[in-house]
Amino acid sequence: MKPAPFTYHDPATTAEAVAVLASHENARPLAGGQSLVPMMNFRYAAPDHLVDLNGIESLRSLEVGARIAIGAMTRQREVEFSTDLAAACPILIEALRHVGHRQTRNRGTIGGSLCHLDPAAETPAIMLLHDATVTTQSAAGSRDLPMGDFALGFMTSALEPDELLTRVSFDAWPQDHGWGFEEYARRHGDFAIASAGVLLTLDARGAVERFAMVIGGLGPTPQRLHDFEAQALGAMPDDDFIKAAANAARSVEAMDDAHVSARYRQHLASVMSARALRRALACAAQRSLQHA
Amino acid sequence: MGMRFFGASVLRKEDPALLTGKGRYVDDVKLPGMLHAAFVRSTYAHALIKSIDKSAALALPGVVAVLTHADLPEPMRSRRLPLYVPHPAIKQTFMPWPLAKDEACFAGEAIAIVVAESRYIAEDAAALVEVDYEVLPASIDPREAILAGAPLAQHGATSNIVTQVPVKIGDTDKAFANAPHIFREQFAMHRGGPFFLECRGVVADWDATAEQLTVHASSQGSHRFKRTFIDLLDLADNQVRVITNDVGGGFGPKGSFYVEYAALAAATIAVGKPVKWIEDRRENFVATQQERDQYWDMEVAVNEQGKLLGLRGKLVHDGGAYVTWGLVLPWIAATSVIGPYVLPNYQLELIVAMTNKITCSPVRGAGRPQGCFVMERMMDRIAQELGLDRGEVRRRNFIQPDQFPYKVGLIFRDGRPVTYDSGDYPKSQQMALDHMDWENFRTRQEAALKQGRYIGIGLSNAVEGTGLGPYEGATIRISTSGKIVVFTGATPQGQSHKTTLAQIAADHLGVDYNDVSVVTADTATIPFGMGTFASRTAVNAGSSVHLAAIEVREKIKKIASELLEVSPDDLELKDGAVEVRGVPGLRKTFRELAYNAVGLYGFSMKADRDPGLEATSYFKPEQSTYANSCHVAEVEVDIETGHVKVTRVLVNHDCGNVINPMVVEGQIVGGVAHGIGNALFERLLFDETGQPLTTSFADYLLPMATDVPNVETLHTETPSPLNPIGVKGAGEGGTIAVIAAIISAVEDALRPFNVRLTEMPISPERIVELVLDAKHK
Amino acid sequence: MPDIRKISVTVNGKRHEAEVESRLLLADFLRNTLDLTGTHVGCEHGVCGACTVMVDDHSARSCLMFAVQANGKSITTIEGLAQADGSLSILQEAFRQKHGLQCGFCTPGMLITLTEHLRDNPDPTEEELREVLTGNLCRCTGYQAIVEAGLDAAAKMRASKAEHA
Ligand SMILES: Cc1cc2nc3c(=O)[nH]c(=O)nc-3n(C[C@@H](O)[C@H](O)[C@H](O)COP(=O)(O)OP(=O)(O)OC[C@H]3O[C@@H](n4cnc5c(N)ncnc54)[C@H](O)[C@@H]3O)c2cc1C
Ligand code: FES
Ligand code: FES
Repeated sequence: MKPAPFTYHDPATTAEAVAVLASHENARPLAGGQSLVPMMNFRYAAPDHLVDLNGIESLRSLEVGARIAIGAMTRQREVEFSTDLAAACPILIEALRHVGHRQTRNRGTIGGSLCHLDPAAETPAIMLLHDATVTTQSAAGSRDLPMGDFALGFMTSALEPDELLTRVSFDAWPQDHGWGFEEYARRHGDFAIASAGVLLTLDARGAVERFAMVIGGLGPTPQRLHDFEAQALGAMPDDDFIKAAANAARSVEAMDDAHVSARYRQHLASVMSARALRRALACAAQRSLQHA
Repeated sequence: MGMRFFGASVLRKEDPALLTGKGRYVDDVKLPGMLHAAFVRSTYAHALIKSIDKSAALALPGVVAVLTHADLPEPMRSRRLPLYVPHPAIKQTFMPWPLAKDEACFAGEAIAIVVAESRYIAEDAAALVEVDYEVLPASIDPREAILAGAPLAQHGATSNIVTQVPVKIGDTDKAFANAPHIFREQFAMHRGGPFFLECRGVVADWDATAEQLTVHASSQGSHRFKRTFIDLLDLADNQVRVITNDVGGGFGPKGSFYVEYAALAAATIAVGKPVKWIEDRRENFVATQQERDQYWDMEVAVNEQGKLLGLRGKLVHDGGAYVTWGLVLPWIAATSVIGPYVLPNYQLELIVAMTNKITCSPVRGAGRPQGCFVMERMMDRIAQELGLDRGEVRRRNFIQPDQFPYKVGLIFRDGRPVTYDSGDYPKSQQMALDHMDWENFRTRQEAALKQGRYIGIGLSNAVEGTGLGPYEGATIRISTSGKIVVFTGATPQGQSHKTTLAQIAADHLGVDYNDVSVVTADTATIPFGMGTFASRTAVNAGSSVHLAAIEVREKIKKIASELLEVSPDDLELKDGAVEVRGVPGLRKTFRELAYNAVGLYGFSMKADRDPGLEATSYFKPEQSTYANSCHVAEVEVDIETGHVKVTRVLVNHDCGNVINPMVVEGQIVGGVAHGIGNALFERLLFDETGQPLTTSFADYLLPMATDVPNVETLHTETPSPLNPIGVKGAGEGGTIAVIAAIISAVEDALRPFNVRLTEMPISPERIVELVLDAKHK
Repeated sequence: MPDIRKISVTVNGKRHEAEVESRLLLADFLRNTLDLTGTHVGCEHGVCGACTVMVDDHSARSCLMFAVQANGKSITTIEGLAQADGSLSILQEAFRQKHGLQCGFCTPGMLITLTEHLRDNPDPTEEELREVLTGNLCRCTGYQAIVEAGLDAAAKMRASKAEHA
């Protein structure tokens, strides 16, 4: 399990990096290496040119305000331990704790997770939940893409071969939002079989004011439950509401594989969404008490 | 002799080196000029090899050689690997060629070996070797493979049935004819593997001038490897040396001799330089042997009280592509069914199937977990049907302490009648149940259920034949420096032999155990050895060290008594010297005695004395000793996800006298983790064409630190009368019975749904399916 | 033509200059080029954790890094954990006392993971240790003794810190 030969490039700037990508066939960016290097060791991936992004300081950044922006090369670890993010976007931190293990999060990056786009990966799901914008850069210029358009298909992003993801950004939810993230994986740190994330705010009556819900692991990319989200607005979050959410999650189209059936994935999605929703509701209730 | 060290939890001699990175595993061996190997492996489960084009590979810079079967030296080329454990009942003795000759019988079988300057280049080149295959139909499921008309797994086979043997005690038909209750159950047990952290590996070094082959191997028995090299190459004893230093786990499959090792010998002979091959994890998933695929269709007959009247049925064992271990696994499984219970009538039709999957070899437990699973699941079924407590049913069936030695009525894998030597099964179970407060579990369970939590408890008993023969040996030598060394063929892979064997010797020689070095598994240091597998080393090697140490002690006393002119009875060994009791200062050091024992140049040696302060002993057990254990497990099941959390495991284990409690405890706890894997996580999958689907640690789930509880242990010590130190084996006892206990606990947690579990492992998906089915009923 | 790079890496406090092929994995560089064979390779796909080393301040899989990426970095391996006088570190000693290793193959990774964790969390709970240890597989011990060793080492380290304070 040794990688095939390649030529190594270690650009210091994004401009250099995209220039290398533009001028070489079969070139591939290397971020934290926690997904790419295993694939290279198995020789599932054999780039001729490896463009190491680890020396590009400008890609490492974390801005937390009304808008949150994370540079592509920011390590999962840095996000996990950011106290600013813990206050502004706790769901991201909770989700990240499910990403692999301490040692993989020490090197793995936010951008790498988004580009690798495993169907069960937590980071893309959380970004989709936030309607995040992905910013890319190529020799030709820069683009902004909504996360939903960025995640094209099974482990396939909208990036062109000569394009880098440079950052991801999204609006923070109001201070008193409720959130819940739940996933089921066979063991700690494994890719989830199914996951669910919920963000919501409640109005003064306790009815749903704003609502977003994402399901990971079922289809080739994470899925927002747009129809259900629309119905949810103004609803009273009682048991029937939770049941309806669980049903909506269950109807997301799911994949079969050698280890897990589509039916079980859908069942888990319904269980995880009910749990995530309950947590989000409890959280919102508690936070509104704190704010009152 | 006082027992200073035997029985004490002394710290391990192995640890200081291993904790500082100074271990010597096979991949740490670096020889001058050493080259590296990679294999070209069959991409199909069953195919004819029409032709092999190695030109592109050979053209790659850094590639030294590419060998296929046709390039092997004679006589290796015309020999298949030898069958380790032949048995007259085995009708078709298919063993592999050192490299596949013209047929590949499982996906992953080695077809060619590439030798290059680095492993990187060897892998580059392996990808360039073009094999032209003619794909053949494959037999994958053993139940289908044995049917008439199934595709033959091997060219030249008459069917896929390797053997079909009856197992019989008493008159089962009669027992069933009059039985008030008969219950039938079908059990499925799936494949897992050893998954030691250190993959296999070999460094082979042919010295063309001396015509000697030196092999460093990660193994469980270097002597057996040596024998195989000798067999394959027709070499003399002095021409092969196999050395096994530190080994990163074995669990059974590192005991087999694999085709890769033969190919490595061929490679070093061909290129005239040392060649290293370290199996990578992907190869490990497709080429290292595996175990546990068995299907049992069984009926049990009991009387009104739940006492066993008889057991009968059929066992289909998947042996995989080759019959390397013959009948060993199904035979052990078939004999382990009986466990600690009185079973007057038993009839089993045992069928070993050949399939196009990786060959099976013993994996920690070696058939016993399956046998135990069958009987223990049946016990639970009987309890359920007759409305009895699960502990009570077992109590009614136990062999009683006054029945030892107890003849079960079968022949064991050691060729001797299964005769349990000692044990107290009722007490063992009672201790375990008391410890876990079994009596009151229902109350706790009901309380939990009120909170919507599904908790369950399960139990399981096992009797385990350990300490198999034929022998293990030890030479103890005190050199003229006074330093003491034990040489043995035992081959530890984490079992701490370097400590425990030193403990035994130290007591007899009156020294600290740190003053005894133990050299294991170097064929140049002791002529015969079997190795470490089947929980046999404490019994065999331990006893031989004991016997050899006594002999050396007596020799020391004899020589000293002559030199000091006192009776040997007045002498005692202390701190590396022998002293006249009560007369401190009147002493001879080991150094002086060893010097004396070697003899003086030109002088005659005493007629009654062999040279050297040394002795060799081979302990040959008459039969196996039977260790036993009772496992109780508690679980909590999340019925929505199907997730099982093992919350408590208790093991009450009896392995006779204990040399080092800390070490035994470690073996048991580690064994339990392995069993938790088998019960809940570990399953090797193949698709219908025989392609392995679990080829990484991402798909094959080993239990992690969060998946295992703190294991509680109790120890009963019933010394074995069958060896001088009264020990029984401990290496597998943690694993064998825990699987059935956990499955029993899961079933118990799901009581409200009345499900029956008959397979291992049980997946969360399956649990959800069963619960949902029950809810919809 | 192989892509060869010159690198300079500090390992266990010692600087090494070397020319390496860019595809050489850091684990292989440590083991084969520098002969530091204490770091083990168990899967080469990031799961088993046997290859874990400290890169600058944090644990990382050396099977998922290329040696070229270690250029200019400081690396600590199991060979660098003992105390200055060569005696076992508190954690190493705790492993010995608690029988936290059997075959010893997972041990280098276990020690690095726990060294990092105890540095950042001097008073860990058992649950926390079990969680961080999910990044390291062990087939021999069932983890129990490793967790005990971690807790024991943490207590001893706290005590020794209090003493020196
Ligand atoms: C044992 C283990 C368990 C894991 N468990 C999980 C898990 O539970 N959940 C999970 O989500 N992940 C998991 N992962 C993967 C996670 O750790 C990776 O960090 C992540 O998938 C990829 O991030 P990376 O920075 O390591 O990217 P890399 O591996 O370096 O790259 C991944 C891919 O993205 C491309 N790429 C990276 N950065 C850019 C960029 N800026 N622009 C363009 N392309 C880019 C690369 O070319 C490559 O194709 C696990 C990994 C391991 C080893
Ligand atoms: S060898 Fe690096 S994680 Fe297994
Ligand atoms: S001690 Fe053997 S793998 Fe951990």
